[in-house]
Amino acid sequence: MSADLPRGHVPPHVPHATTATGKDRVTADLSHVAHTPGVHKPDAIVVADGVTRHFGGMTAVDVGHLEVQRGAITALIGPNGAGKTTLFNLLTGFDKPSTGTWSFEGRSLSGVSAARVARSGMVRTFQLTKALSRMTVIENMRLGAAQQPGENLLTALVPPLWKAREKEITEQAEELLVRFKLDAKRDDFAGSLSGGQRKLLEMARALMSNPTMVMLDEPMAGVNPALTQSLLGHIQALREDGTTVLFVEHDMHMVRHISDWVVVMAEGKIVAEGPPEDVMADQAVIDAYLGAHHDTDLGDDALLEDGIQRLEAEEAGEVTDAFADTGSTTTTQEGTR
Amino acid sequence: MDWSRILVNVAGEIFAPTTAAYALAAIGLNVHFGLTGLLNMGQAGFMLLGAYGFAISTIAGWPLWAAVLVALACAAVFGLLLGIPTLKLRGDYLAIVTIAAAEIVRLIGRSTALTDLTGASSGLRGNSYKDTFQDASPFPDGTFALGPFEYSLNASNSWWIRLVGWGLVALACLLVWLLMRSPWGRVLKGIREDEDAVRSLGKNVYSYKMQSLVLGGVIGAAAGIIYVLPRAVQPDSMGRPMTFFIWTILLLGGAATVFGPVLGSIIFWVSLMLIKSVMREGVPTSIMRTEQIEQFGWIIVGVTLMLLVIFRPQGILGDKKELAIDVR
Ligand SMILES: Nc1ncnc2c1ncn2[C@@H]1O[C@H](COP(=O)(O)OP(=O)(O)OP(=O)(O)O)[C@@H](O)[C@H]1O
Ligand SMILES: [Mg+2]
Repeated sequence: MSADLPRGHVPPHVPHATTATGKDRVTADLSHVAHTPGVHKPDAIVVADGVTRHFGGMTAVDVGHLEVQRGAITALIGPNGAGKTTLFNLLTGFDKPSTGTWSFEGRSLSGVSAARVARSGMVRTFQLTKALSRMTVIENMRLGAAQQPGENLLTALVPPLWKAREKEITEQAEELLVRFKLDAKRDDFAGSLSGGQRKLLEMARALMSNPTMVMLDEPMAGVNPALTQSLLGHIQALREDGTTVLFVEHDMHMVRHISDWVVVMAEGKIVAEGPPEDVMADQAVIDAYLGAHHDTDLGDDALLEDGIQRLEAEEAGEVTDAFADTGSTTTTQEGTR
Repeated sequence: MDWSRILVNVAGEIFAPTTAAYALAAIGLNVHFGLTGLLNMGQAGFMLLGAYGFAISTIAGWPLWAAVLVALACAAVFGLLLGIPTLKLRGDYLAIVTIAAAEIVRLIGRSTALTDLTGASSGLRGNSYKDTFQDASPFPDGTFALGPFEYSLNASNSWWIRLVGWGLVALACLLVWLLMRSPWGRVLKGIREDEDAVRSLGKNVYSYKMQSLVLGGVIGAAAGIIYVLPRAVQPDSMGRPMTFFIWTILLLGGAATVFGPVLGSIIFWVSLMLIKSVMREGVPTSIMRTEQIEQFGWIIVGVTLMLLVIFRPQGILGDKKELAIDVR
C-alpha cells in the first residue's frame, strides 16, 4: 500500500471476512445511496422521523430522519454524550421521546413497550452490562429464549408441557456459549464473571431469541483483542444469516472492519452518514471526534496525526472548537482547511 | 422448674396452628420477595383481609368452600389494586403503598362505621364462624392424645386445624418448589436481579410482577384463615408487628428457598415459647411480672434474630455462595 492513498482508505485485508454473500448484497444495495444524513435506503428495516428527546432544557436526541438498511451492519458513532444510548433507548421502548415516530419492519413502534419491541424481533444490549448476577450463566441464556410455554404460570406447573422446549433452548444456549467462549462458565453465577465476559454473555443472551435485528451498545468495550476478532466474526456471521445489526462503538478499527454503513451523531443530531471509508475521511466526523476526546483512535494513524496537527493549530488560536459548531459542519470545515 | 411441662409446651409449638399460619404467610412473602424481589410490607393486610373475607361470609351463611373462595378473592383483588399503580414504579414505592394499605385494612376493620360487619375493634368471635370448618372434619368429637400432646379433635385449637394448616403448608411448598424450577420462576428470578434486562428479552415484567403479588397475597389470605380459626378475628392483633414477624421468619429461614419459611416459622415460635416458659418458671414475680416476661421474650427473640441475620444473612437454608455475589 502506498502512502499516498486517500485518507481513510480501508486496507483490502479484513480479518475474519466471511465469504460475504450477505456483504456483497448489502454493499451492492448501499452503493447507490447518497452519503448525506437522513438519506433513504433501498430496503429500510427501521425508519425514524422527527424523534427528539429533551432532558429539561437540554436536547439529547434530535433526529430528523433516519433509516437503517435491512441485513446490513450499521455502526452508530459519535462523541460521548452525543445521544447514541438515548436513541437506542427510544427506539427500543426503554424511554419515551418528546416527539417523533418510528417503525420497525413497517409497523409503528411509537409507544410500544420495551418487552413488545423485543418480542417483535428487535433485541438490544446495554452499555452498562445487565448480567443477572445471582443466576447462572446458562440460566441467563435460557431466559433469552422466546416461545417457552413454561413461562406461563399454569403451564409451569406441568413440566411435561415445557420440558421438550427447554431441552431445545438449552442446546441452543450451549452452542452459543461455545461460540462466545463461555462454555467453561456454564454453571457459574453471572455475577462472578469479569466485565468483558459479562458483555459477551449479554450479547449471547440477546441472540437466544433469534432476533431480526440486534442493537448492541458498545459490545466490544472491555473485551480483549483476541476475542474481539472472533466477535467481529460472529457479527459478520449474523449478517450472513440475514440479521440486521446496529451497534454503537468507539473503536474505529472495529467500525471500519465490519460495518457496511456508518451513522455519525453529535449533540443529538445525525451529522454524517455513509460507508466507513468515506465517513472516516469526512472532516465533520474528525472534528466531532477530536473536538470531544482527543485520544480517540479514528482507525487510521494518518487521520490521527492530521487531527493532532489541527489541534495544535487550534491551540495556536487559529481555529475555534470545531465540535462546538457541528451543527454547521460543512462550512466550518471549509474554513478550517 | 417443671422441665417436662416446658418441653411439651415448646415441642407443641413445632406443629401448632399458629406456626403453620405464619409459615404459610412467609411462603407467600417468599413468592414476593425471595422469588421476585417485591418488597411487600403489608403481608398482614392480606392475612387480615382473608380472615375477614372468610369470617364475614361464613357468618352470612355461606358454605365453607364459598367462604374460602371469598377470602382468596379478596386478597387477589387487594393485590391487583396495590399492584396497578405501583408495579410500574421503583421497588420502594410498593413497600410504602403496601404498608399503608395494610394499615388501612386494619383501621377500616376496627372502625365503628362497620361494626355490624366487622365487630369494630373487638373483632369477630371465633365461635361465630368456626362451625362450617369444624363440621367439615371427618373426626368424631372429643379429644385425642398423641404422646404428651392432647388436643380436641375438632373444636378450636384442634388436631383438625393442625392437619389442614400443615396440609396447606405442604401444598404451598410443593407449589413454590414446582414454580421455582420452572421457566416462570426463572423469569421472576430475572426480574429480581434486573427488570430492564428481562424487559429487553421480551418478557412482560409488569404482568409477571402482578402474578407474583397476587399469588403470594392469596397464599397470605389462606394463612389468615388458618390463623383466625383457633382464635378470633382481631384487627389489632394483625397489624404491622405481624408483618415484621413474617419478614423475620422469612429471613431467618432463608429467602428464595422452598423450606426456609417453614423452618423459620418453627424456630421462631419454638424459641419464643422456650424463652417465655423458662422465664415464667425461673424468674420470681417480684423481679418480673408475667406481662413483662412476655415483652422481654420479644426483646430476646429480636436480638437473637438480629444477630442471626447479621452473621448469617442468607438465613439458615440460604445459599451462601449465591449471597456472596455482590450485585454490581
Ligand atoms: N436520564 C437522563 N437525564 C438527564 N440527561 C440525560 C439522561 N440520559 C442521558 N442524558 C444526557 O443526554 C445526552 C446523551 O447521552 P447518551 O447517554 O445518549 O450519550 P452517548 O452518545 O451514549 O454517549 P457515550 O458514548 O458516552 O455512551 C448526555 O448529555 C446526557 O447527559
Ligand atoms: Mg452511550
